[in-house]
Amino acid sequence: MVVERAWTDKRIENILGNMLRAGVGLSAAIVFCGAVIYLSRHGHAPASYRVFEGEPSDLHSLHGIVRDAMTLNGRGIIQLGLLFLIATPVARVVFSIFGFAEERDGLYVFFTLIVLAILLFSLVGSSQM
Amino acid sequence: MNILEFTGLVFLGSMIAGLLGALTGLGGGVVLVPLLALFFKVDIRYAIGASLVSVIATSSGAAAAYVKEGFSNIRIGMFLEIATTLGALLGAFLAVWVSTSAIAIIFGIALIVSAYLSRKPRPLAERNLPPDPLATRLRLNGSFPDLEGVRSYNVQRVPAGFSIMFGAGALSGLLGIGSGALKVLAMDQAMKIPFKVSTTTSNFMIGVTAAASAGIYLHRGYIDPGLSMPVMLGVLTGSLVGTRILVKTETKWLRIIFSVVIVLLGIEMLYKGLTGRL
Repeated sequence: MVVERAWTDKRIENILGNMLRAGVGLSAAIVFCGAVIYLSRHGHAPASYRVFEGEPSDLHSLHGIVRDAMTLNGRGIIQLGLLFLIATPVARVVFSIFGFAEERDGLYVFFTLIVLAILLFSLVGSSQM
Repeated sequence: MNILEFTGLVFLGSMIAGLLGALTGLGGGVVLVPLLALFFKVDIRYAIGASLVSVIATSSGAAAAYVKEGFSNIRIGMFLEIATTLGALLGAFLAVWVSTSAIAIIFGIALIVSAYLSRKPRPLAERNLPPDPLATRLRLNGSFPDLEGVRSYNVQRVPAGFSIMFGAGALSGLLGIGSGALKVLAMDQAMKIPFKVSTTTSNFMIGVTAAASAGIYLHRGYIDPGLSMPVMLGVLTGSLVGTRILVKTETKWLRIIFSVVIVLLGIEMLYKGLTGRL
């Protein structure tokens, strides 16, 4: 029994490791593509970050970012890559639910669901506040 | 300065921060915000947003390696993430209400404290502690590969560790840093988890904690793609290179120099915050 659980833990850890690596790699690649487009179009414009204006509203929401990225807007594609990056730890949490469920560890399925709820509230729910 | 030059310089600066962070184990995140705010004159809110994004990248990248080696304890990580993500929500909400000067002051103090914590000699780890009833019920006790084979440990003082983790999450959400030093303190000192397990589990948790405040930051317009892009790619490149050459270099002097840099940046942030210039 103990051996079996240790083996499952080990396997879950391996998949988790690969998932994290893939998520970071994918998002870095998307950000890089966006950077090439953004810099080739706007590279010679003056840079201004001294005054905080907040981002235009289309770069705030999932819907707006995807729409911008679809039109091959450089900043939109970068923001999409950053969304993938933010989603990587969330995906890790989602996968952990299945991992703990497979080990029949109800307590940790419950804990993981709490963490997931907090993450989803931040990503989706907090925009209405 | 045009966008091309700005992007190149920020990339270079972030790469050095990531490299030094990986080499010294102090994390590059803490110097990113002062670097952007003090040297590149970026508004501290954009700086915090960009830093938070890079923190997710480096911690997920590093966690991938540690998780496979079997050092990190995913149960301890998941349980304590309840505290850090709740704290991160609070911190990110506070960030909207607190003035930028106050954020600069808190940041300055956090820099100085984290440099102090990393220099402070650690008391020798206590081994073979009796199992704690709460930790046992939560199945937090574990084992990890050691020089002498597999070593097991019993986790202590769960409520104290959980509380410190809530604070670490709040600080992470307010300042856009990983607050790894505080997370390690909670696990290593309060919960008596072996140092190697503490550091790797802390790294494992940083990404999820940062993701909890990143959503709020995104909705508030703190995450600028033009700025986050060179920061994220730079820190990621620097830390990847840093972990490759980690074993070959003598890091003692580097750690001392980097600690001094962190303290100086902390003093500068405090000064700018107190005089209301950030």
